[in-house]
Amino acid sequence: MSSTVATPAAEPRTNYLNVDYGWKSWVFSTDHKRIAVMYLITIAFMILVGGSFAILVRLELATPAGDMLQSETYNKIFTMHGVVMVFFFLIPGVPAVLGNFLVPIMIGAKDLAFPKVNLLSYYIFLVGILLTLLAAAMGGIDTGWTFYTPYSSTYSNGQVALAAVAVFITGFSSILTGLNFVVTIHKMRAPGMTWFRLPLFIWAHYATSLIILLSTPVVAITIVLVALERLFHVGVFDPTYGGDPVLFQHMFWFYSHPAVYIMILPAMGVISELISAFSKKRVFGYPVVAFSSLAIAVIGFFVWGHHMFVTGQSTYAGVVFSVITMLVAVPSAIKVFNWVSTMYKGDIWMTTPMCFAIAFIGLFTVGGLTGIFLGTMGLDIHMHDTYFVVAHFHYVMVGGMVTAFWGGLHFWWPKMFGRMYPENMGRVSAAIIFIGFNMTFFPQFILGYMGMPRRYHFYPEEWQVLNVLSTAGATLLGLGYLLPMVYLPWSLKFGKVAGKNPWAAKGLEWETDSPPTTFNFDKVPVVTEEAYAYPEGARHQPEAKVV
Amino acid sequence: MWKGIPLFPDSASTYSDAVDYFYLALVVISIFFTVLVAALVVVFAIRFRTRPGSAGAVQIHGSHGLEIFWTVVPLVIVMALFVWSTKIWFVITRPPAHAEQYYVTGKQWMWKIQHPTGQREINMLHVPVGVPIQLRMISEDVIHSFFIPAFRVKRDVLPGRYSTMWFEATKAGTYHLFCAEYCGTKHSQMIGSVIVMEQADYELWLAGAAAGESPQAQGEKLFAASRCDTCHTGKPDARGPDFKGLWGTQVQLSDGSSVIFNEDYVRESILLPTAKTVAGFQQLMPTYAGQLGEDQILSLIAYLKSLSDPAQGGAKP
Ligand code: HEM
Ligand SMILES: [Cu+2]
Repeated sequence: MSSTVATPAAEPRTNYLNVDYGWKSWVFSTDHKRIAVMYLITIAFMILVGGSFAILVRLELATPAGDMLQSETYNKIFTMHGVVMVFFFLIPGVPAVLGNFLVPIMIGAKDLAFPKVNLLSYYIFLVGILLTLLAAAMGGIDTGWTFYTPYSSTYSNGQVALAAVAVFITGFSSILTGLNFVVTIHKMRAPGMTWFRLPLFIWAHYATSLIILLSTPVVAITIVLVALERLFHVGVFDPTYGGDPVLFQHMFWFYSHPAVYIMILPAMGVISELISAFSKKRVFGYPVVAFSSLAIAVIGFFVWGHHMFVTGQSTYAGVVFSVITMLVAVPSAIKVFNWVSTMYKGDIWMTTPMCFAIAFIGLFTVGGLTGIFLGTMGLDIHMHDTYFVVAHFHYVMVGGMVTAFWGGLHFWWPKMFGRMYPENMGRVSAAIIFIGFNMTFFPQFILGYMGMPRRYHFYPEEWQVLNVLSTAGATLLGLGYLLPMVYLPWSLKFGKVAGKNPWAAKGLEWETDSPPTTFNFDKVPVVTEEAYAYPEGARHQPEAKVV
Repeated sequence: MWKGIPLFPDSASTYSDAVDYFYLALVVISIFFTVLVAALVVVFAIRFRTRPGSAGAVQIHGSHGLEIFWTVVPLVIVMALFVWSTKIWFVITRPPAHAEQYYVTGKQWMWKIQHPTGQREINMLHVPVGVPIQLRMISEDVIHSFFIPAFRVKRDVLPGRYSTMWFEATKAGTYHLFCAEYCGTKHSQMIGSVIVMEQADYELWLAGAAAGESPQAQGEKLFAASRCDTCHTGKPDARGPDFKGLWGTQVQLSDGSSVIFNEDYVRESILLPTAKTVAGFQQLMPTYAGQLGEDQILSLIAYLKSLSDPAQGGAKP
């Protein structure tokens, strides 16, 4: 535990990676760590797919006349971008990769409660991906990731039914993972690991899992109804068959608003870990941060109507949704203030993960504040469905969730694979990502207020300058994301051996080997202290370390 | 009023400045908090950076006072913003009593507009300055959204249900009109212009534009052509209710409930007559679904409405 200096041993003993090399030992593995690695590879592939679509969208928008692609193609591309990123990266990203790897280790367990279910959920995820790619190959879909009816259920010509089945199936993967986490966290904590000794990463995953379990079934039903209407003309959403077109939006957002917290809460858990580890301090206001996750999870179920202020829902319904939306902003603000306070009088080491954590705080703050713009109805009437909304959710999802994902991946990379990534490369890519991100998305706030609607293939010429700026930023951002995709795999072979605890951080995951053995711990750990129990005057000793 | 600054679209309706002021306040608040957070993070990262011989971390577990402080302050701010924005919302969602009625039908991928005086336009909306105008809108296919950035207003245009929005233009000029709800392949070409004119110019334009018949007149003709008048004769022994003076009143239904005689009810009765039957009548009416387009239904509505408007020779409701 106290070994701050890495063991120079060349190759650690048997671990979960080298225990067996046969392909069967991977595809049939029920080891949560191997499954996490499989998710990581799959998701990295999906980032490349979704990212390529994003680049195409931005290239097209460099000129106001849609001159590169046909409108139909353009619409299919932004739809695939949204579907791939939301369902196959943003939602599963942190929980399925980092959560899968770390939840059992952090609480001192051998594995998740249901290892086979965990493997099943991976394969369900894979089937979802394959069906989505099949839908893309067979002509694609052009409904937008939101699948609004009656366009999706009656008018669109694409492979909507197939894509709907794909998303439906993928939902079960989330549900199984969520279920696994809830049971694991309830039942498998090591002796002494009480609720209030849990790392905040665990609290965040717990809150997220509850949201997943309660909301995902709703979107599953909704999607089935769309498919039924499309295939058999059952009148649910299309008024031609006696349906209600707005009903879909209620059902969709009842899931999809909580889903935005499915994306961000685990990321917030990551940030709590990073800030604490690199400030050598307990997270300021630990219980408040833990409960704010639960508050967000609960309140988040009652704000879906803020996506529908201009659909003609009653004036007073709008008022109620708006006031609850204001409430949900508060726990987000509380978290930010607690993270900042954690840094106060800490001993701060600006490693790559810490650079990402700080970038997260800045970008999430902007994202959260612009959420208030959109939650206040008088303004949202103007902003709704413009680029302001696009900028807002990219600040929270890309600036927030994705930044945290990179931070967490760098932080736990030595634990997962036993090797250090190149530190300076990491800092450079964090800087490129931060600059590229702001350059891409800040101009979109201005475009949105000017009135540029989202999902527009053509746009008026006076907006070209801002759009070109955004496209240039996207190029830089793309480069920033590619760098780690190159140097992280490189480090698997050429990185320095990390040792158990290269950051001298607290937490059960740092007490086991890097990479851990198949059952994580040689003997069941006994927890005797709270999370982040750094001593008074704790210091980093970067000069003594491998980095 | 924000002319010199290129960060704002034209501001050309009675409430657009109010929206801009609110936006500006939010921008100021956001800059304040973003700069505050960024400054703290940067200062702490430098001031407390680890270095050989640094003092090390001081363990502070938390502070009830601070937690309460930064819960209450944001709460008060967002609640104040909520109240402010809700006032604007009520202005934008509540039309003045005597707004002029214009009809809008959206379909993939165009806007059809009809003036109260009968002129029809496509993808253009000419309006006079200083007159409150209400748009009654419906879609013939998917959901669209009528968006005029210079007025700071938009509203979804739904199939199967009327929605309305109102504005009063304050400044002559030509402004963008967009469809804001994604509606398929040519969504980004479902655009047009709103041309705001001084009153006199608007009168001239009306005179010059191929003035068709007013919607009422068209509706009256349709009423005969579609044989509505065979049952709704207006005589005591008629097989269908008489519409004079009925607009806006409560109508008793055969199942004992009642309904307000308004646009939505009329539209439903034309397309789905079996849904509701007026007390004292038998359900004999055929459906006109598939025979009458949304434009025609709007004309019929205008005609039925005129039957209850004393100014147009109708009976008092
Ligand atoms: C401070 C908290 C937040 C508030 C008050 C807030 C508020 C809003 C509002 C009112 C809208 C609807 C805007 C419109 O369509 O007119 C919106 C859209 C959106 N927000 Fe947030 N938001 C917050 C945080 C987040 C977070 C944390 C995420 C995700 C990580 C997120 C993701 C989204 C997405 C994806 C959309 C747009 C969905 C779409 O139409 O495609 N938001 N937000
Ligand atoms: Cu939402």
